Amino acid sequence: MTRALLLLAASVLAVPAAAQTIAITGGTVAIGDGSAPIERGTVVIANGRVVAAGAGVAVPAGAEVVDATGRWVTPGVVSAMTDLSLVDADGVSESNDAGARNSPYKASIDVSVAVNPSGVKVANERLGGVTRAIVAPEAGGSIFAGQGAVIDLGSDPDALTRARAFEYVELGEDGGKLAGGSRPAAWALLRDAFQQAQDYRRDPKAFDGRSRDSLVTRADAETLGRVLDGQLPLLVHVERAADIRQVLGLTRDYAKVKLVLVGVAEGWLVAREIAAARVPVIAHALADLPASFESLAATESNVGRMRAAGVPVALASTGASGGDHVLRQFAGNLVAITRVPGATGLDWGQAWASITSGPAEAIGLGGEIGSLRPGRRADVVLWDGDPLELSSVPVATWVDGRAQPMRSRQTDLRDRYLTPTEGALPKAYERR
Amino acid sequence: MKLGRGRRALWGAVAIALPLAACASDGKDRPKSAAAKAPPVKYARDPYPSTYHAYPGVPTLVRNVTVFDGEGGRIDGGAVLLADGKIAAVGQSLDAPAGATVIDGAGKYITPGIVDIHSHLGDYPSPQVQALSDGNEATAPITADVWAEHSVWPQDPGFGRALANGGVTTLQILPGSANLMGGRSVVLKNVYARTMQAMKFPGAPYGLKMACGENPKRVYGSKNREPSTRMGNVAVDRQTWAKAVAYKRKWDKYEKEGGDPPDRDIGMDTLRGVLSGEIMVQNHCYRADEMAIVLDMAKEFGYHVTAFHHAVEAYKIADLLRASGTCAAVWADWYGFKMESYDGIGENLAILDHAGACAMIHSDDENGIQRLNQEVAKVLSSARHAGIQVSDEAAWKWLSLGPAKALGIDSQTGSLRPGKMADAVLWNGNPFSVYTRPEKVWVDGALLYDSSDPKRRPVSDFELGQPGSGDVK
Repeated sequence: MTRALLLLAASVLAVPAAAQTIAITGGTVAIGDGSAPIERGTVVIANGRVVAAGAGVAVPAGAEVVDATGRWVTPGVVSAMTDLSLVDADGVSESNDAGARNSPYKASIDVSVAVNPSGVKVANERLGGVTRAIVAPEAGGSIFAGQGAVIDLGSDPDALTRARAFEYVELGEDGGKLAGGSRPAAWALLRDAFQQAQDYRRDPKAFDGRSRDSLVTRADAETLGRVLDGQLPLLVHVERAADIRQVLGLTRDYAKVKLVLVGVAEGWLVAREIAAARVPVIAHALADLPASFESLAATESNVGRMRAAGVPVALASTGASGGDHVLRQFAGNLVAITRVPGATGLDWGQAWASITSGPAEAIGLGGEIGSLRPGRRADVVLWDGDPLELSSVPVATWVDGRAQPMRSRQTDLRDRYLTPTEGALPKAYERR
Repeated sequence: MKLGRGRRALWGAVAIALPLAACASDGKDRPKSAAAKAPPVKYARDPYPSTYHAYPGVPTLVRNVTVFDGEGGRIDGGAVLLADGKIAAVGQSLDAPAGATVIDGAGKYITPGIVDIHSHLGDYPSPQVQALSDGNEATAPITADVWAEHSVWPQDPGFGRALANGGVTTLQILPGSANLMGGRSVVLKNVYARTMQAMKFPGAPYGLKMACGENPKRVYGSKNREPSTRMGNVAVDRQTWAKAVAYKRKWDKYEKEGGDPPDRDIGMDTLRGVLSGEIMVQNHCYRADEMAIVLDMAKEFGYHVTAFHHAVEAYKIADLLRASGTCAAVWADWYGFKMESYDGIGENLAILDHAGACAMIHSDDENGIQRLNQEVAKVLSSARHAGIQVSDEAAWKWLSLGPAKALGIDSQTGSLRPGKMADAVLWNGNPFSVYTRPEKVWVDGALLYDSSDPKRRPVSDFELGQPGSGDVK
């Protein structure tokens, strides 16, 4: 008992208090809101929040000062549309809680209960500069994948920033397959489910939803009611220009729905319409292949062209086989193509925003996370160079103002095998 | 690699011998009793020959440019001359021949074209529809009889992206990894053509795709047949190699002595090619312990594993790989997508290289192939942050000469050495920066991509007349 208490006390003491005021001085500061980086700026955090960031920010008396001269200071990356924390290894079905093909529940599935903050990928990706994630379910048995969550990647057990943060729906080609074989079937399902959600809202007691042949369960109807009320943002995956137009039509029929488009490989073809509808997009960063008949017009210029048309853009981590940290490589490439004749990319500030404040704002959390504007949660990364460059890595990270350990299972493996040959004892005895 | 050159010589000899269909022996050496035997007739080693030809180029001098020669050399403010389809000269400063195009390379870099040793373009093309899904003959665990080239769709839009965005000039197309022995690979020049044959890299040896681990045991275990375990994988491999050894013995004897020809077995032809050192083994394998078993299996049956592909745990056995002369072709940072990739780390390639093992980058991905230079940049970052020092110019070996050696084509391409094919990329900055893209790509001296000239941007038949046709991609 005493020993357990001592251990508990030690672990609490090992977490630096978030209340501590920290001033990170002298570095190049990127706010993450789309503005250009500021040289020799200061970032002040206290009580787990950003107090101030930029040029000419005074260091409060008593603050712990971190010298960032020659380094970069930014908000951590927000990885959007990821299965991080739901999955240990994607192909190991026992470890994978992203999708539920055989569940009778659809829209009401809530991934937040499966979030595992101690999965090894969480620490691995934190070491790559990712501090928050928009965790999405994967559609299995319906066009309705369920409700996603927003998490932090801190080393503490409290990972949830927001449970039930959005509803995720598949339309387009995938939606058609899930609905029984065609896009029209997916739309019939969607319209009917929305109708039933309205029925449920009007008279919950009269709503069936528990009989074997009911198409929408009570729980699903309740969830979709919150979508129709605009409490729960509706994230819809579509790629083809024609499908995007169809989905934008939803905003006319259901005025309160907070629509967000995901994927949108052909978004540039309808960029003005998306902008006019004031719908944000969470897009593939670099999809440039006609991977399917719904993405024939895919180009790396998609995001840049949408941004230029006034669409609020964020990047999705889909296709990041190396892990969520690859998002900053994606963003860097969008800067690279600004120098390719005929291509449209993003400037540095926009590119960094597309993986920080962009995804946060898309789901209505821009006031909480994703930038170093005052009042935001203090998710701060100190980099040894330009964070979009492939040569740069984080040298210190704070989540909610707490300094994070800079080790992971990957660094343990690396250190064990930097010299691959065995020493006096088997490798199993080599550890820090 | 010596082996590579030896193999090429052998192929050349076979190609010449084919029309004669004759044996090396003229009969004088044989005892009289055997003289009645029919003379041996060799089966065709190259029945779908390359019809690739280099496209016209103009002598081109790029000067005042940073040169990575692909063999570890670097020249700042240097010059490269391409002429007659070949690398003509590389130096600090070169004179432009009369009529040459002269390009000022200030702020730019020139490198050998990238060689991707692991691609499925054409076999798993875009669009990814079932009708075009031709990369895994997943109907039996041993399909050494299939040839990836017979699935290649030359209209895959992916070839053009790999050229324009990736600077890839040569690539090996492999069958998938559903099977223990998935079939023959083919090496292509990254030049669009109407036929597969017109993309084939002239004289490149064939490869045999093998796979260990989760994929074969999952695919066949789910069909309730062998192999359903890792031990089943090895058992089926060994049984097959034992048959191949017997097949080779019969055919070697026949091709030497003549008489009644043994029965042909198309799959066994490929395995015989491996056992005679003509066909290189390209072995998909993730786990360190499994790679060690495969190396013993190769010894048991007398073949050499040229390269392990993916090799996510190769860093754990860098010393074993070095000792066996087996390469590892790896990703920069992929991990955690299946059990056997759980131990992937970003330092894999760097640890291998530092330990003196042969290592290189690969894509296995239609998107990753567009950024192999960036994958190496990530490896460099991981290496340097772990205290392993590698120069940029040395790292370029992982992108061109290393894979060229493991494909047996390093005397023709893979570095900016005079006399080699003029396969080169002019980058608009340091190619290890995320902000850099190819500006021009030459294949055999022909300018096949120019970022400032929309007419030098390929559009495959599939994309022609579709939304976005001819756009920057």
